Amino acid sequence: MTTPIVQAKDLARFYTVKGGLLSKPATVKALSGVDFDLQPGKTLAIVGESGCGKSTLARLITMIEEPTSGSLTINGVDIIPSQWSKMRETVQIVFQDPYSSLNPRQRIGQILQEPLIINRPQMTAADRETQARKMIEMVGLRPEHYDRYPHMFSGGQRQRIAIARALMLDPKVLVLDEPVSALDVSIQSQILNLLVDLQERLNLAYLFISHDLSVVRHFADDVIVMYLGRAVEKGPKEQLFAAPRHPYSKALLSTTPRADPDARKERIKLEGELPSPMNIPKGCAFAQRCWLVTDQCRQTLPELDDETHQVACLHPLF
Amino acid sequence: MSLLQIRNLTVEFATSSGSFRAVDGVDLSVDKGELLAIVGESGSGKSVSMLALMGLLPWTATITADEMSFEGRDLSGISARERRKIIGKDMAMIFQEPMSSLNPCFTVGFQIKEALRIHLGLNRKERHERAVELFDQVGIPAPESRLNTFPHQMSGGMNQRVVIAMAIACKPKLLIADEPTTALDVTIQAQILDLLIRLRDEHDMGLVLITHDMGVVAETAERVQVQYAGQKVEEQPVRDLFRTPRHPYTTALLSALPERATSKILPTIPGVVPGQFDRPKGCLFSPRCRFADATCAQTPPTPHAEGFGKARCHHVEKIAAGELV
Repeated sequence: MTTPIVQAKDLARFYTVKGGLLSKPATVKALSGVDFDLQPGKTLAIVGESGCGKSTLARLITMIEEPTSGSLTINGVDIIPSQWSKMRETVQIVFQDPYSSLNPRQRIGQILQEPLIINRPQMTAADRETQARKMIEMVGLRPEHYDRYPHMFSGGQRQRIAIARALMLDPKVLVLDEPVSALDVSIQSQILNLLVDLQERLNLAYLFISHDLSVVRHFADDVIVMYLGRAVEKGPKEQLFAAPRHPYSKALLSTTPRADPDARKERIKLEGELPSPMNIPKGCAFAQRCWLVTDQCRQTLPELDDETHQVACLHPLF
Repeated sequence: MSLLQIRNLTVEFATSSGSFRAVDGVDLSVDKGELLAIVGESGSGKSVSMLALMGLLPWTATITADEMSFEGRDLSGISARERRKIIGKDMAMIFQEPMSSLNPCFTVGFQIKEALRIHLGLNRKERHERAVELFDQVGIPAPESRLNTFPHQMSGGMNQRVVIAMAIACKPKLLIADEPTTALDVTIQAQILDLLIRLRDEHDMGLVLITHDMGVVAETAERVQVQYAGQKVEEQPVRDLFRTPRHPYTTALLSALPERATSKILPTIPGVVPGQFDRPKGCLFSPRCRFADATCAQTPPTPHAEGFGKARCHHVEKIAAGELV
């Protein structure tokens, strides 16, 4: 087994919300106790509904924010704020909405050169241009696109530009925050193919954040299912999709619509919504919505077990 | 007689660079109690055709249709005042973004009661009772106290329920849901879709579901029409559509879905949907179609018969017979 490029241990991020006139300050536990290893050339998918801590995790890995506790190692280096500026070029991010992630006043060439201007100040302008043009070709755009502005491109092409920009510094890890959810189906498949191709060519590690399980099933190698800031299930994709062990994962899989009218429909209907992260219930966070709940669930917080296909549940399905 | 009957609907927008045809000769009919899905990518004209029906398009739009009737009543020549008596009452619409379709300045209770006051003329007490009943019906817990909350105090799923409650407040005969679950999480999406179907069954409403999600179509709809670049390219019952799609666009769209993939590399549709300036002369899908030939590039195809899914394609018969691979 190769050494992992990213190692996260017991990662947590809490936010403090200021109290109002009558209310006390509160702590939002956006993320707690998350462990994972990410291997080069592999894709780890983070799945969950809004408010489960997916994006907070992305902010920690990309060194936008500092974890409240826990440790993060990237490429063997301990990530502490003094290392950030040096380490940031190993981890790059592609955002969800390519309409708001590109500066409308910059030409594509400038957009692609900007990371180089900041991180490789000694590089000559001619070298920068050569690299940017090479990257344009790599992501499947045409040479004449170099001098155009973002508004002249469609959503799919813009996402290609965003991917090209992320790759300019030769990163080892790419954080993909819902990279295809803003795109149409026919465009979505083009972008997914591009990502598969780039991963093979450059041996990139992907942290793929998504709520679309059919895309995750196609794209990922390993999957973490999160609920309210905690990992509830973690394992290789095949096992997790074939036999989910956590009731929440099972419900999530069963409610994902399948493009097959003849498929058996055994939808598990979850009642209610996510509890507020300011006021996480004692015991298992999923207990309120779980159909297998017992008194014990409301008292004890389950931890991930030690199998290869891990689950944090007192009454796992398997 | 169909509940809603539209024939040859065309919507053109006057833009500074000439006119742009967003909807091009679309036919549509919905019966009482029927669930029709309109599926298509962005720019396929699915929302615009429904907004045209509701009279919600800006003045730059020119709407023409051979027929546009609701319960046998012609809607094309009707005055705005007359139309307002129908929309919101007999014909209601749910929009995509619940957060932006509610007014942030008023409580949700005020907003739902407004429709009851204007269309049904109920008094204060009756309005309150009906509002509570509606919130209960769409599954909002503690309806009495929720009436006094503002949209920002509730989650997206709850707000979407409020919007649905408003839409069904006057027991409409036709409900148009424009991407009702796109902004929501999957577990909430399942709850909302179940709710819509339950309401359809209870009130015998006609339901038009606009979506781009093939999964949602497969799980909910009965009849599906596929739109591309403003035209209806195919129409079939849901099982037939997924089993034997007729139009090459539908076939390509279905095989591009990750869940139907057989290898790591997905089949794709090259190119993009044509815009205002690169609209092809013949078949609109021809630049992206793998079966396209000289005829397709020159002559616009007309819809085929029912047996071929009303597909707007020159080569449907040949493709079905396996002559073109």
